[in-house]
Amino acid sequence: MSSPHASPRTGALSVRRLLSPGLLFALPFLTLFAVFMLWPLGQGLWMSLTDTSLSAHEPSFIGLDNFTEAFGDAEMWRALGHTVWFTVLSTVPLVAVALAMALLVHTGLPGQWVWRLAFFAPYLLPVGVVSLLWIWLYQPDLGLYNHLLDVLGLEQVGWLSDESVAMWAIVLTTLWWTVGFNFLLYLAALQSIPDHLYEAAAIDGAGAWRRLWSITLPQLSRITVVITVLQILASLKVFDQVYLLTKGGPNNSTRPVIEYVYDVGFTGYRLGYASAISYIFFALVILASAAQYAALRRREK
Amino acid sequence: MTSTDLPVRPAPAPQVKAPIREMTVRHRTHLSLGEGRTSRLLALAALTVMALVWLLPMAWALLTAFKTEQDASDPVHWFWPQNGLTFDGFSTVWQRGDLPLWMLNSFLISAAVTVITVLVSAMAGYAFSRTLFTGRRWLFALTVAAVLVPPQLLIVPWFQQMLSLHLLDTYAAVILPQTVAPVMVFILKKHFDSLPHELEEAARIDGAGHWRIFWSVLLPLSRPMLAAVSIFVFIGAWNNFLWPFVSTSDPALMTLPVGITSVKDAYGIQYAQSMASAVLAALPLVVVFLFFQRHIVKSVATTGLGGQ
Repeated sequence: MSSPHASPRTGALSVRRLLSPGLLFALPFLTLFAVFMLWPLGQGLWMSLTDTSLSAHEPSFIGLDNFTEAFGDAEMWRALGHTVWFTVLSTVPLVAVALAMALLVHTGLPGQWVWRLAFFAPYLLPVGVVSLLWIWLYQPDLGLYNHLLDVLGLEQVGWLSDESVAMWAIVLTTLWWTVGFNFLLYLAALQSIPDHLYEAAAIDGAGAWRRLWSITLPQLSRITVVITVLQILASLKVFDQVYLLTKGGPNNSTRPVIEYVYDVGFTGYRLGYASAISYIFFALVILASAAQYAALRRREK
Repeated sequence: MTSTDLPVRPAPAPQVKAPIREMTVRHRTHLSLGEGRTSRLLALAALTVMALVWLLPMAWALLTAFKTEQDASDPVHWFWPQNGLTFDGFSTVWQRGDLPLWMLNSFLISAAVTVITVLVSAMAGYAFSRTLFTGRRWLFALTVAAVLVPPQLLIVPWFQQMLSLHLLDTYAAVILPQTVAPVMVFILKKHFDSLPHELEEAARIDGAGHWRIFWSVLLPLSRPMLAAVSIFVFIGAWNNFLWPFVSTSDPALMTLPVGITSVKDAYGIQYAQSMASAVLAALPLVVVFLFFQRHIVKSVATTGLGGQ
C-alpha cells in the first residue's frame, strides 16, 4: 500500500517531493471551499449589482442602485435595528446565566448529571421542536405561562402577539434553548483552574466569596471574553426561532435582517436586492468583529 | 477588590492516595463553598430552582404528549388530566408516516455532512500542518478569514447556484454547501500541529507515504479530537434550519426541523399530537446525549473552545 509519493529518506529532496502531495490533500476541501463559498460570495456580490429576479427575465447590470435603494429603505433599517436589539438583549443573559449555572454545578453538589442534562438538553433540540414547544407555552389562554400568571393572580401577557413583549419572549426562548452551550464552555474552563490556587487561598483564610471574587472570576476572564465574542456573532445571525415563533411579527416588530433578506428574495422574488441587503448585513458582522478584535488587543496590552 | 494581596504560594504536594474521584469532588465542594452548611443548602436550592425552570417546558411537553386532545386544551386540569394518559398522540403522529421519514432524512443528511466535512477538513488540516506546497500559507490565511462569513449570507447565491445546476430538491443540494467548514480545518490543523513528529518520521523511514501516515498513524492518534469535531458537525447539521428550508420544498426530502414546523400549519391546532411529534423528534439527540454526556462535555474542552 505504498503511495507513489513516498517521501525520501533524506531531507534534501523533500521540498520538491512534498510539493504536490500536500496540495492533493488540501484539494478536496479547497474545491468545496471554492465552489460553495468563494464562488457564491462573488456571485452574491455580482447579483447585488444587478436586478436578478426569480422570475424569468434576464438580469441586467444596474450598478449601485440596489444599495442606494437599501440605504433609503426604512424597513431594512428597522430589520437591522431588530437584529442589533436582539443581540444586545440576548448576549447579556446568555453569558451571565451560563456563568451562574456553571459556577453552581462546579461546586460538586450531588446530582451532577441531572444539572448538566437540565441545562444542556435544550441545546440538542432542533429549532422546529423548540418553536413548537414555546408557541404552545406562550398560548394566550391555554399556555403554561399565562396559566401560571393566572394562578399567581397576575394579568395575562400576549407573549407573541404584543409588540412590546414579543422580542423579549423570543429572547427568553433563545436563552432557554442555547444557554447550555455557553454553560459547557464555562464548565470546561472552571475545571481547568488549578486546585492549588484555592488551597493556598484557603490556608490564608480567604472565605468562599473572597475566593470567588479573587480567584475564580479573574481566572475566567479570558473565557468570558471568548464566550461574549462568540455569542455576539451568533446573535447577529438570528433568524430561525424568530421566523418560526412570530414570522417576524406582530406587525414586523421582531423581523431580523436575515428574515428581511429571505422575504425580499424568496417571497418578493428580488434576489439582486436581497443580495445587496445580505452584503450590508455582512458589513455589520465584519464591523462587529473588527470592534471586538480592537477591544481584545487593547485588553491584551 | 484587590487580588494582588493574595500571596501566591507553591502548590502543596498532592497527598491524596485513597479514592481520588470521590475526594476531589468533595474537596471541590469544600473549596468553593467552604465549611458552612448554609452556603451548601443555598447553592443547592438555587440549582434546584434553575433546573426546575429549565426542565419545566420539557416536562410539560412530555405530559401534554400523553394527554387526550380534550385534556390538552384544558388549562385548568393541566397537571392532572381528567381522561388519563394515552399513547394516541404518538401512534397517530407516527402512523402518518412523515415524521419517521423526516428523521431518516435528517439522519442521512447529517451523517453525510459529518463524514464529508470531517474527512475533507482533516485532510486539509493535515496538508496545512504537515506538508509544504506553493501557496500553503496564503490558502490557510484565506481559510481562517472565511470563518467570519455567516452561512446566512450565502443562501441567495446558493439557491441561484442550485437552481442553475438543477439540484434544488435533492439531497446533494442540502448536503454540499454544509460541508464547507473553515472552522473545522482550523481546529484540526492546530490539532495536527500539536502531535509529535517522531512517530511520523519512524513511519516514513519504514517507507510509508503521506496517505499511510495520515490514515494509519495520525488519524488513529486523533480519535478523541475526531469524535469531538464529529459531534459538533453532526449536531449542527441535525439542527440546521435555514438552508434545508430554502433548498427543499418536497415533503419527502424535508429534514426534521423543517418538516416538523409544517405539521403545525398543515394539521391545525392538535396540541397533544404536535407535542407528541416534538417529543419523538427530540428523542434521538437526547438519547445520544445521555450516552455520550461525559464525552460531549470533554469535547468542548478538547476542541480548543473551552479551557484557559
